[in-house]
Amino acid sequence: MKRKGNVRRAAVVGMVAFSIAGPATAADTITVASWGGTYQEAQTKAFFKPTAEALGITIKEDTTNGLDDVRLQVTGNAVKWDITELGADECARGSKEGLFEKLDYSVIDKSGINPKLVHDDWVGISYTSVVLVYRTDVFGDKGPKTWADFWDVEKFPGRRALSGSQPTETLSVAALAKGIPIDKVYPVDIEGALQSVDKIRNHVDAWWTSGAQAMQLVKDGEVDMASIWNGRAGTLRKEGAPISFSFDQGVLTADCMVIPKGSKNKDIAMKALAKFVSPDLQASLPLYVDNGPANEKAFETGKIPQERIKDINSSPENIGKQVLQDPQFWRDNLVEATEKFNNLIQQ
Amino acid sequence: MSAVSAGHEHAGRIDGTLNAAALRADTRRQALGFLALLSPGLFLVFAVIIVPVGWLFWLSLFDETGTLSAANYARFFEQASYIKTFMTTFKVAFVVTTACVLLGYPLAYLLSQLPRRAASICLVFVILPFWTSVLVRTYAWLVILQRKGLVNSWLIDHGLISQPLQLANNFTGVVIGMIHIMLPFLVLPLYASMKSIDIDCLRAGMNLGASPAATFRQVFLPLSLPGLASGVVIVFVLCLGFFVTPALMGGGKVIMWAMRMEQAASLYSNWGAGAALGVVLLAVTLSLLGLFRWLLGARAAGVWSSR
Repeated sequence: MKRKGNVRRAAVVGMVAFSIAGPATAADTITVASWGGTYQEAQTKAFFKPTAEALGITIKEDTTNGLDDVRLQVTGNAVKWDITELGADECARGSKEGLFEKLDYSVIDKSGINPKLVHDDWVGISYTSVVLVYRTDVFGDKGPKTWADFWDVEKFPGRRALSGSQPTETLSVAALAKGIPIDKVYPVDIEGALQSVDKIRNHVDAWWTSGAQAMQLVKDGEVDMASIWNGRAGTLRKEGAPISFSFDQGVLTADCMVIPKGSKNKDIAMKALAKFVSPDLQASLPLYVDNGPANEKAFETGKIPQERIKDINSSPENIGKQVLQDPQFWRDNLVEATEKFNNLIQQ
Repeated sequence: MSAVSAGHEHAGRIDGTLNAAALRADTRRQALGFLALLSPGLFLVFAVIIVPVGWLFWLSLFDETGTLSAANYARFFEQASYIKTFMTTFKVAFVVTTACVLLGYPLAYLLSQLPRRAASICLVFVILPFWTSVLVRTYAWLVILQRKGLVNSWLIDHGLISQPLQLANNFTGVVIGMIHIMLPFLVLPLYASMKSIDIDCLRAGMNLGASPAATFRQVFLPLSLPGLASGVVIVFVLCLGFFVTPALMGGGKVIMWAMRMEQAASLYSNWGAGAALGVVLLAVTLSLLGLFRWLLGARAAGVWSSR
């Protein structure tokens, strides 16, 4: 708590001192885009302000809708952002399309980041988990614990929701429901996973398309169980909703950061990105939000309190309970899988 | 009237040959003047409608590798889900439009028959929802219709049902939400056209021995049809491109055309995938407008000749 206050104060002092020092030249300013909301607020505190202060630059912020925004800027020769966040499968696809600048790993220290998330032109930044949440006012503590339970409509009657906008996550979950062990889910047997979705689809009351919607469905009791992002589930718990979830059989999806091709401040962006993925700043992220750090060395910094570590999805004890989504796999299979999935869930 | 035109003709025969050239020049000058006045508007239409739509069409002809192909259109036939989406879109538009007509026509009729003061107060209630965001109204419907929402809890509390009805996150929810949003688009043009119906026509009908019902059916209804038709066209076309309500109320099961466009833009690396969806929607909408125009034209001609 004390540290947090100091960081904030230092950041404010830094900003004030900086603005007194005079207007920054264009080269000293970079624009970073992320998802907005509480997640980006946490990033501002954990990553952006400390980096701006350490490098003596100004970091402007914007929000993104994802890969199509980057594609629009790069193909339209109107690159506004120097760094942007994306989902890992979007990074893999954008990389294939050549939308990003190469990263310089002599500037960015990649040690501590899962090699699956370290690539020529993109690097992992944080983790979100897809978890199974159920309402304790309906099931007590005897709710569905595994995805096989979720699929068992006789043993666990009730209304259900799954993600409709993230077929990668729902298909991973569907594979787990078939009893496939967590280390065998990838590469996903798409046809098998679709058959699994086919079994449950008539019992799914809503296919959510945003984190906020998933939260609303559970909070209002519209559904009794759902797949949901751990950050949203954590918020529900904090708000006092009668829910239970765990990281068992969760699906870990990484977020990544890239420098869009044609960024005018590539070099500074590279230095800033190096800061963002450093263990020190990575360790600050879970102090503000439930998204775990991508750099496992963050857990060795001592910045994260012990009792907090057990709630973080990418901590050494939790990471082994979950499936790690493979971005490269979805790069090559997303389009086909999504079209088939969409066909299946339509009424 | 005939005397005046005869006078003109007469004058024309005498002076026309003398002034013909001057009159033609005058007409030409006037036409050029109108064109000059129109040109900013025409330029705007060209720049913001013709060019982008042409570009959209152009983009839809290229596949992911940037080569000319019909792949973006072929997809609609290869993937069953596109046909499904197309059918859903029309089903929703048809149901919503029909419901709007059934609800809106009596409402507009009532408004047109009320004294002016009362009518304007009632009109405010029609227009009021217009000033509230579609998003807010859709969420409000969610609160009312969901499993533990107002309707279901009221029905259960009064013992009318034992299990909550599934009113949201399905087709029913989408239709209810959209009717609410579309109704003013039907009522307003209809009201305007009903207001302009000459009351003397109705009196004349009654005077000639028609019952009130017959007067309504034979005089009022045909005269109100052009207003009804424009309302129907507006509602139907707006429904075809609707996004927010089906996205929030459909529970992911009711996928409409506009939602597919959004999906296509993020799923495919070429804009052509989404552009082709746009081209198809535009083509269908234009042909529907043409059809309505033709039907309305025939109708209007029928009314005219029966007079």
